[in-house]
Amino acid sequence: MIPLSWYLVVSAVLFTIGVVGIFFRRDLITLFMCIELQLNGVNLALIAFSRYLPDISGQIIVFFVITVAAAEAAVGLAIMIALFHHKEHLDSERVNLMQG
Amino acid sequence: MTTVFFLIFALTAIGAAVAMIFQRNPVYSCLCLVLAFFALAGLYVLLGAPFIAAIQIIVYAGAIMVLFLFVIMLLNLSAEERERPKRPRFLPFAVAVGGLLLLELALVFRRAPLLGMPAGQSETSVEEIGLKLFTDYIYPFELSSVLILAAIIGAVMLAKRKI
Repeated sequence: MIPLSWYLVVSAVLFTIGVVGIFFRRDLITLFMCIELQLNGVNLALIAFSRYLPDISGQIIVFFVITVAAAEAAVGLAIMIALFHHKEHLDSERVNLMQG
Repeated sequence: MTTVFFLIFALTAIGAAVAMIFQRNPVYSCLCLVLAFFALAGLYVLLGAPFIAAIQIIVYAGAIMVLFLFVIMLLNLSAEERERPKRPRFLPFAVAVGGLLLLELALVFRRAPLLGMPAGQSETSVEEIGLKLFTDYIYPFELSSVLILAAIIGAVMLAKRKI
């Protein structure tokens, strides 16, 4: 049987890769994919804890996380389409209207 | 045997995630992420959550990532990406933040009170999840349907140029 800590290590590594990717990349769509990766790292930790506690609620929370991720992806991609129509690119360093 | 499967799935997930970051073409990074999601679904099966694994493949890999791919191809981003040379921005900062975060998560998880505990029940059935979802979690469930309705309307409003 695999100890809980192994799953937690994988979860922490995936979350960290997501964070590093946000600093590393410039196009908005890949930044968005990094956020999805972070959500999945958290989901893995939740399911691992739900198995070892044992409490099924962790799986229900993952269910809701996936629901919210779907809604977030729909709205975020719509924002990106609108931004692309406006600016003709999706480079996060050149989208700097809020910096004044 | 379980350990072998765990190592295969975990290394595939981490490798695909790293490949996603270093891939220049957004189409390839999207496909790498799909691979990572499939490996994570394998890990969920090992953890005794086959329903969540199915949802992961159907909704995440099947619906959300196809939506990403669709937008990438619709906006023709891969052609734009290949043209201009790209330097990784904030490289030292990214390494520092990533290292610190990993250290912090390791310290937190070391404190988890059930690290040495054996696993609980073998496998959760869909019936148990459904019972829990429609009794204890009925209000969040209904709220999530409202959230999705709002997301649908918002996406249509944003993506339409002229209402």
